[in-house]
Amino acid sequence: MLKATGVSGGYGEQDVVKNVSFELQKQEILGILGPNGSGKTTLMKMISGLLPCREGAVHYKEKPLSAYSAKQLAREVAVLPQLHQHAFDYTVRETVAMGRYPHQKGMFAPWTEHDEKAVMDAMKQTGVERFEHQSIQDLSGGERQRVFLAQALAQEPKLLLLDEPTNHLDLSYQKQLLDLLKEWTETHELTVISIFHDLNIASLYCDRLLLLHHGETVQLAEPGNVMNKETVERVYNARVHTQSHPELPKPQVTLLPNHGFEKTGLITKDLFEITGDHVYVKTPQSLKTLSSAVIGAGLGWYHHFVNRHVPMDYECDDSYEDMVRYAAHNGWNPADTVGMMTAVKVEDVIIREYEDNGLSVVIAVTAGVGNAVDVSLSYERERQATIGTINSWIFINGKLSDEAFIQAMMTATEAKVKALQNADVKDPLTGTLATGTSTDSALVAATQTGPFVQYAGSITPLGKMIGKGIVECTSEAIRIYRERKSR
Amino acid sequence: MFSQSKVALGYILSVIFLLVAFTLAITVGSVQVPFGEMLRIFAGAGNRDSLDPMFSSIVLDIRFPRVVLAGLVGASLAIAGASFQGLLKNPLADPYTLGVSSGASVGAVAVIFLGITIPGLGGFTLPVVSVVAALLTLIVVLGFARFVEKSMKMETIILTGIIFSSFLGSILSLMIALTGDELRQIITWLLGSVSMRGWDYIRLIAPFFVTGSLLLIWNARELNAMAFGEDRAHHLGVNVQVRKYVVLASGSILTGAAVAVSGTIGFVGLVVPHMVRMATGSDHRHVLPLSILNGASLLIVCDLIARTVVAPTELPIGVITALLGAPVFGLILIQKRKERRG
Repeated sequence: MLKATGVSGGYGEQDVVKNVSFELQKQEILGILGPNGSGKTTLMKMISGLLPCREGAVHYKEKPLSAYSAKQLAREVAVLPQLHQHAFDYTVRETVAMGRYPHQKGMFAPWTEHDEKAVMDAMKQTGVERFEHQSIQDLSGGERQRVFLAQALAQEPKLLLLDEPTNHLDLSYQKQLLDLLKEWTETHELTVISIFHDLNIASLYCDRLLLLHHGETVQLAEPGNVMNKETVERVYNARVHTQSHPELPKPQVTLLPNHGFEKTGLITKDLFEITGDHVYVKTPQSLKTLSSAVIGAGLGWYHHFVNRHVPMDYECDDSYEDMVRYAAHNGWNPADTVGMMTAVKVEDVIIREYEDNGLSVVIAVTAGVGNAVDVSLSYERERQATIGTINSWIFINGKLSDEAFIQAMMTATEAKVKALQNADVKDPLTGTLATGTSTDSALVAATQTGPFVQYAGSITPLGKMIGKGIVECTSEAIRIYRERKSR
Repeated sequence: MFSQSKVALGYILSVIFLLVAFTLAITVGSVQVPFGEMLRIFAGAGNRDSLDPMFSSIVLDIRFPRVVLAGLVGASLAIAGASFQGLLKNPLADPYTLGVSSGASVGAVAVIFLGITIPGLGGFTLPVVSVVAALLTLIVVLGFARFVEKSMKMETIILTGIIFSSFLGSILSLMIALTGDELRQIITWLLGSVSMRGWDYIRLIAPFFVTGSLLLIWNARELNAMAFGEDRAHHLGVNVQVRKYVVLASGSILTGAAVAVSGTIGFVGLVVPHMVRMATGSDHRHVLPLSILNGASLLIVCDLIARTVVAPTELPIGVITALLGAPVFGLILIQKRKERRG
């Protein structure tokens, strides 16, 4: 519907926008991105007909923009500008009603029912109808932004041009506004071009992104293709990390500051506090942690690590809540704590350090094999969760990639299985060799400072230490567990 | 909240104000004309024989034309001020603060004191030259302000207006000094007066007033849009380039003609629209007509004060409007500053 071909232009001698081309699909949301001074707003001015193109042309519905009068164009295209100060206090209603200007003919054009409906609808959609008779000067920045959106919507445009629409809006209104636009693209056949500062929001809502740098097109494609680490780092000249949105297949960018903000220190055996009630480590800095714990599970950054002893007959409706209370009771921030449970005597924990070529690892294991299971035959079992368990902790003084975390987990599991085989632990139900217990838990935590570790498979330096360490610690823990049982 | 009823009330009160001002200005003076006599004179204006010759002479030959002229000048300046404010998004703009009045004065003085007559225009040389001078001044002032600062902040425009006012004032003084006329007469003219002008002057200003006012009211909705900025107005479908010059030209026509017949009368274009906006809101479809009504009333009252307060001496009317207007100017400035900080 809108087509820009080789558009160049600017204000003075120099072209701010250079040879930009794109063709807009109906009902599409196109995001324009770029660092400050990359020509986003200038391009927008050329698209909206405010600024003539020095070269190239913009066509709307097959006709050049210059073929439309201001009024004709305003019936098709509405613009939501960046917010600015106003000298006079119009009411919200008066302001929104101005959006009907292009549809009214002549000086004494009657106010039709359709005009009224368009204004009321626009005010309702943007949630400003309750301010209807207030002066726009009395509104907050976000409210005013919505009033001008209502004005633009009252124009009943086919194409809406927005310049950083989420400026001045808090999180909930950002979402509301963009959800509304997305909805209008479907219900009102609206097409949207919008400038965004926030890459992540643009990625979530735009069908395509146009990335500008020094006025030139870097890329025009779907968010997944535009928002890759190399491109964003080059264009924005900032270190970033990209990953996908936790719930949607959309890329998200995270800034990486140049300086770490935390003090650092090595994780050693000496940090462990062992009581009859728990094994506890407070680390000098937050550790990037992957675990299957009761609290602090999944991937995250944590300071406190606890393996709590609970009685064999521990029964609790909500072990999560109980663990949170336990952490809080001990003065550890539950949001900053990884907590596991075991019925095993925690003072029997085996803690060992391993070091190889500057890379060091601390491994801690508590083991009980009363609920040993052969996983290959576990489908024969009823589901039951009992607390006799092997909890394995692996602390690494190193910087691990995501794949290293996963491989560390795999390697640790393989090593655990091997340790159980070596100790000839049997599944009491099937009588076959056990591969673990029914409620095993594991944790890999890394300081993310020091030597970089890309992989942690079984023959990598880290994998070797994990394999050796887990086998040694688990075997020793099982030996002590059996000793205690036989007493 | 500016509801329909509030606007309607605004019109009613404005008309009442105008009638009261008119009546007072006709009846009050060195000779008091009874109210009943005034009505009889207007009712029977066609047949002067049946009326008291002194009263009818005072009313019809002296006070009535004076009041009408005051009304037309006040209305012209007020609507010109309102439109300049809307167009420039600047509540401090008016023909006087923009220097447009001074520009028109230079034109008018040149015509009056140098005795220029443009062939074909005859008596209309005076207002036409004033109007052209007003328009030129306006264009130069705005051009200069834009050159100083692209965003054209409120204060920049006013400062530029003041600079040009002073500059044009010196040119006036220079012209006066060179013509060798008595200075007092000129200064009195410069401070503005509507006395002893008669119907000739009304005939001079009337066509300009009608043209300028109609052009502006025709552009009321466009002014509403342009009060949000030229870009915004463009996006709302206003043909900004054309409308802008229509408004500027109309304002200059009104200012130039008013200055030509009455000298420079300041602040009417500032005070009246400000009051109107406070009472009924900023919609130019109402601000402009209401400014006409109240501008007329205000200047009629000011003229009444000017000729009665230290009678038999007559004060220049500009003295009264400045006494009223300068404090309002200060108030608006403080208000706007606060708004921007808050």
